[in-house]
Amino acid sequence: MSNFRINKTNFVDQTNRISFKFDGKTFFGFKGDTLASALIANGIHLVGRSFKYHRPRGIMTCGSEEPNAICQINDKSNLTEPNVRATEIELYEGLEANSQNCWPNVKFDIGGINNLISPFIPAGFYYKTFMWPKSFWKSVYEPLIRKTAGLGKSPIKPDPEIYDHKYVHCDVLVIGGGISGIISAKLSAKNNLNTILIDDKKELGGSTIFQENEIFKINNKISKDWLINEINEIKKLKNLQIKTRTSVAAYHDYNYLLARESLSDHLSKNEKDGFVRQRLWKIRAKKVIIATGAIERPLVFNNNDRPGILLASSINKYLNYFGVTCGLKNVIFTNNDSAYEVAISLNKKGIDVKIIDIRKRSESELIKETEKLGIKIFWNSTITSTFGYRKINSIEIMSLSEDGSNVIGEKNKISCDCLGMSGGWTPMVHMHTQSGGKLNFRETDQVFLPKEFSDNRISVGSSNGHFELDEIIKLTNDTVKKFLNIQETDLDDADISCSKELEKRNIWLLPNYISIGKNKSFIDFQNDSTAKDIKLAMREGFKSIEHVKRYTTTGMATDQGKLSNMHALGIIAETAAVKMGSLGTTTFRPPFTPLTFGTIVGRSVGKFFDIVRKTPMHEWHVKNNAEFENVGQWKRAWYYPRNNENMHQSVQRESKAARDSAGILDASTLGKIDIKGSDATEFLNRVYTNAWSKLSIGKCRYGLMLNEDGMVYDDGVTTRIDENHYLMTTTTGGAANVLSKLEDYLQTEWPELDVWLTSVTDHYATASICGPNSKKILKKLFSDIEFNDQNFPHMSFKNAKIGGIDCRIMRISFTGEHSYEINIEAKYGNSLWEKCIDAGKDFNITPYGTETMHLLRAEKGFIIVGQDTDGTMTPIDLQMDWIVSKKKYDFIGKRSLYRSDTMREDRKQLVGLLTDKPNTVLEEGAQIVHEKNNKPIEMIGHVTSSYFSPNLNKSIALAVVKNGRKLKGQKLLVPMRDQTINVTVSDFIFYDKNNERLNA
Amino acid sequence: MKNKYSIFSLFKNAFSGHENWQRAWRDPEPKKEYDAIIVGGGGHGLATAYYLAKKHNMRNIAVVEKGWIGGGNTGRNTTIIRSNYLWDASAGLYDHALKIWEGLSQDLNYNVMFSQRGVMNLAHNLQDVRDLKRRTHANRLNGIDAVWLNTDEVKKFCPIVNTSPNIRYPVLGGTLQRRAGTARHDAVAWGYARGADELGVDIIQNCEVKGIKRNGNKIEGIETTRGFIKSKKIGVVAAGHSSVIASMVDIRLPLESKPLQALVSEPVKPIIDTVVMSNAVHAYVSQSDKGELVIGAGTDSYVSYSQKGSHDVVEGTLKAILELYPIFSRMKMLRQWGGIVDICPDASPIISKTNIEGLYFNCGWGTGGFKATPGSGDLFAHTIANDEPHKLNAAFSLNRFVSGDLVDEHGAAAVAH
Amino acid sequence: MFLINCPYCGERDQSEFSSGGEAHIERPKQPTELSDDEWADFLFMRKNIKGVQFERWNHSHGCRKWFNLIRDTSNDKIHGIYKMGEKPPKV
Repeated sequence: MSNFRINKTNFVDQTNRISFKFDGKTFFGFKGDTLASALIANGIHLVGRSFKYHRPRGIMTCGSEEPNAICQINDKSNLTEPNVRATEIELYEGLEANSQNCWPNVKFDIGGINNLISPFIPAGFYYKTFMWPKSFWKSVYEPLIRKTAGLGKSPIKPDPEIYDHKYVHCDVLVIGGGISGIISAKLSAKNNLNTILIDDKKELGGSTIFQENEIFKINNKISKDWLINEINEIKKLKNLQIKTRTSVAAYHDYNYLLARESLSDHLSKNEKDGFVRQRLWKIRAKKVIIATGAIERPLVFNNNDRPGILLASSINKYLNYFGVTCGLKNVIFTNNDSAYEVAISLNKKGIDVKIIDIRKRSESELIKETEKLGIKIFWNSTITSTFGYRKINSIEIMSLSEDGSNVIGEKNKISCDCLGMSGGWTPMVHMHTQSGGKLNFRETDQVFLPKEFSDNRISVGSSNGHFELDEIIKLTNDTVKKFLNIQETDLDDADISCSKELEKRNIWLLPNYISIGKNKSFIDFQNDSTAKDIKLAMREGFKSIEHVKRYTTTGMATDQGKLSNMHALGIIAETAAVKMGSLGTTTFRPPFTPLTFGTIVGRSVGKFFDIVRKTPMHEWHVKNNAEFENVGQWKRAWYYPRNNENMHQSVQRESKAARDSAGILDASTLGKIDIKGSDATEFLNRVYTNAWSKLSIGKCRYGLMLNEDGMVYDDGVTTRIDENHYLMTTTTGGAANVLSKLEDYLQTEWPELDVWLTSVTDHYATASICGPNSKKILKKLFSDIEFNDQNFPHMSFKNAKIGGIDCRIMRISFTGEHSYEINIEAKYGNSLWEKCIDAGKDFNITPYGTETMHLLRAEKGFIIVGQDTDGTMTPIDLQMDWIVSKKKYDFIGKRSLYRSDTMREDRKQLVGLLTDKPNTVLEEGAQIVHEKNNKPIEMIGHVTSSYFSPNLNKSIALAVVKNGRKLKGQKLLVPMRDQTINVTVSDFIFYDKNNERLNA
Repeated sequence: MKNKYSIFSLFKNAFSGHENWQRAWRDPEPKKEYDAIIVGGGGHGLATAYYLAKKHNMRNIAVVEKGWIGGGNTGRNTTIIRSNYLWDASAGLYDHALKIWEGLSQDLNYNVMFSQRGVMNLAHNLQDVRDLKRRTHANRLNGIDAVWLNTDEVKKFCPIVNTSPNIRYPVLGGTLQRRAGTARHDAVAWGYARGADELGVDIIQNCEVKGIKRNGNKIEGIETTRGFIKSKKIGVVAAGHSSVIASMVDIRLPLESKPLQALVSEPVKPIIDTVVMSNAVHAYVSQSDKGELVIGAGTDSYVSYSQKGSHDVVEGTLKAILELYPIFSRMKMLRQWGGIVDICPDASPIISKTNIEGLYFNCGWGTGGFKATPGSGDLFAHTIANDEPHKLNAAFSLNRFVSGDLVDEHGAAAVAH
Repeated sequence: MFLINCPYCGERDQSEFSSGGEAHIERPKQPTELSDDEWADFLFMRKNIKGVQFERWNHSHGCRKWFNLIRDTSNDKIHGIYKMGEKPPKV
């Protein structure tokens, strides 16, 4: 195999040899190579197959716009990654890359048969077929389509690497480290502005860094040398942070930008150990200078997709930057002057090159030099076809008619092994439009340009449509001066010489003697959409660019249309005979280049996915074998299995103990809101359904809170600590929302109220002790308090001290048992808990979890908001009429209770259900129907809570049932998948109906 | 009669280089007057026109669209189709749609690629389990195929879901509706457009409604960027822009329009063969026929018509995706976009008459309108043609916000205690 | 992601804030006097403006204060911010 490395450059270290594998075969390259440059150096162009027709495809570009050369890297390892552009990945020792979308291999691909049947599968063919027989879509057609689609393979192992986020603020962000970006960054940083310069390549310099032509000079230095000097200068600037290997992905409103910094993708497995892989920069910039450059356009002609066909400028970069020639017999096909620089470079290195130019003639300086060097130029000509299956070997050219709409004259065949094409340049306006900027169309060279600058965003250089060296420097200097309010700069009187393009001619779809229906002029190389497809879409009535794009999939491949969008637009405009500028462009959506999920997520994976809220007693629960339940972000002890008990057994034991002797529950997660202010009582009157004016100091009351739509929202006990001081408890899950809602009312609807709310949920730990022996345990803990019903009645509270620490004891009950809740400063929570356990030892005090709590309260018919309610239940539905004050003029949600639907008497209402077989426990969520039922079955309600009660020795359930109030004693059915369960409607209080145990 | 689409017509046309295909729909100038005008050329609007013409024999009708058909939420959603809704009214509505989906490609002679690959909804906490089981029971009794899967069955059905008990919010089970799945969104708009056009419906693109003319309480027509068009019946199906149209006749709707974002990954070979949704950690994902992972993010909390959501929402979604599918960490986001969804307070749609004679609204589909497209079109057509809702959309009237008879599909609130 | 200039804390990222929807919908002082239609109007009906809208925001991950904001919903540009109870500035 010949060696195509013909040249030494400053950018590739030819003393540092690196081995890598491509499609299983070992090759060598050098430090500084990309996978693409190393492959080309080894004479390899065929690297992949196209998406639809499986046509052989080669490396086409040298950057992020690459549509063809995409690989699976490190297949089968946990570092594998699909669809990596060979042009972007820097070579490292041990890199393994494989071509994608081909089987058995890239040279011989069975899928290539698609190319033969391509006449039958035009754009959108799948919309027109695969409809018969109907069942075949699911069983045959779709699986087949899916199998053939897709490019690389998803990883199948978790990612071992880590990702990072960084938040940055700066005065000026410069996007793009080419010549205009470097000029901008220097001006900015030298004027005391905190500046960041970002570039996606490993080095600054863009394409000027390898511009060796003597025609292009700045202050009498060859442009490249001038720029190298500038780069060295800016590296010394204190105000300037330079980020290479960093690609700006998205430009959001208010100058919020996301950039991906690649930290270790260029390193071998051994070198990258411990490094963060990629970092997402979240940047707020006061001002942004977009200097993202331009991308060379391909030309659209028959068979323009073979391996060995590249963008002309890429040939130049491979040659002058990597020291690699893409071919030994080159043809450059162009419509502009820039490609002549490539030809001159090749010629000066002694490599054969010819030029085909669609223009009729031009006399620019570059062209004069080309002619002086004796390079053959075919003017006014076009390529009508190319040949060579796995690599180009020749082309056929013809002359263009006067108006360029046809080919004329002789067909000429020219042999070659590399074809460079240049259809002009497309400014990279992605960032400008992502930020909300609009575009203008410039007819002379058919480019979309930023229409306007804003106070905090400009575009410079070729991303602003300045392609000539003198323009780039002078206008960048002028624009940035104005933008940053700079008076004078070194560049004000820079001396610049360059060749100026004098002639322009553009033909979006080059003419051919073969009809468009029969030739293959590719527009989107990866997705295999051709000019024919665009014409077909238009013939079928798809007018809008977005329609054409979607119908033909043009611009929807992994390069997101960087090479194809303009041609699609151009051909639409030509076909429809409208001005291209009037069509508008498709939307440029972020990200600019595909962005790794891991990078977007950063560190928030695994144990950092979401915070864990633990109560102060958490470790005790862990030590005592608790299973936990997630309630919101809280971990709550669910049950405490002993001696291999299952959950049912634990819960039965815990429930029994709580009623027979004593149980203890960690209730610290309940929301707690401290309410102070002279209008606190009035405030409670407005937010709860019941009345609060008569609650005396030291007393507690249960409250129910509605939404303004009348539906139950939250509940809890509120204690009057002092005249103007209350402590409200909320549900665990509702705490944050309740506080927000109350603040909202206070600040916006009732600013006249003197009320102050403070969340104290995390400030206090709560131990709740219940059961007939609870009083005895409390006595042991608090010897100085009299625990009789006169001194300390149910629904009252006392301040107390335990071990010298202040605490509050509330005598309240969620189980129906005689019960106390002790609140203490959180840091003493565990100590309090252990003291309680200790004091309760003689009484078999049994820690119980949320499951037992749910069971005990269900026995008493107490609702759980969120379980027995679902946002559609009013207090009346819950048969809690007693808590809805008739006297109060208003409270949140009151008015909604008097609407026609909320006043219906046959709404779903809370009831109890008893299964006819006492051992059958209903499934929560099961639906309920009448005994005699018509089809379709009418569901009249569902089971909300259901348990086997050890205290009643039977199954009990709460349910909401249509007209439930009136159905007591009635038989209903609960139809399950495998059986129907007979139930009877009962009272929803199953245990201790007269509340005798509260004072036991 | 248009070309019938089939494998044979593809073959036949191949020999003429596909140069003889007819337009899928015409590009007519608006007439002076129509019997009905549908405002909004998305899937729902085009379907409405199609069924008005097909089932109610109204042929002199137009669809006016300010941009290009299918360019709104039809072309921006994650294409999930399911009918496993809790309440009878919703189940009736969405299953009606699902039944039409099942024969839609054949009916339209346009392959909308309805793919019944199943939709799985995951449960991550005990209240999720209760809620999803409740829904499954209700679905079964409503004749909707839905089953409860335990964690092992979830894993078996979709092996790439991380069912480890050690993750922050472990998968405690899930529901599966096998008839559910996805469809090719653009094809739905194009198929309906082609079908409606063939029945004589004028599809008028680049025609923005600027005003609605009425005489007293009766509709007379619309002012558009292409002139005044007379009609006694106007059906508005303008999704995120419903309130904008409503304001032209001084109606306020119970809607807020918010950005909803979605994203796709680069295409890969088949890796996930179903649709998996998780409300608790907010992530849903499927894989398109092209191989892209299609991922739905959430809505922002604020009203916006800018079609741009905040990055946080995307980040939060991908965070959840990686929690449930750690293997996707090295996959890459190819494209993200936003749509504007109009959300009702009860997360259910409005398919309703209004207080103005001849003015109808179909809106409020929030984040889930795509799945209902055929049913919504069918029922809205019925409502417009008969000036009376069909029994399947009677519950989705505007009046429910007055009576309080909401169809609350938010699911239960967060668990308490 | 826009920046919001909290009247109490200064300019912060939008992610610190939560939106409370349309502003200046005052809760009726005498709800019982309202018809069902009027109550539904207060509860549910919104202008949902495309263009300049007055809305309520809360600095929920900051000072927790509510304030009013004038924003063009078609492009998310903010045109003014004022405290609760203050008169809106002219736009």
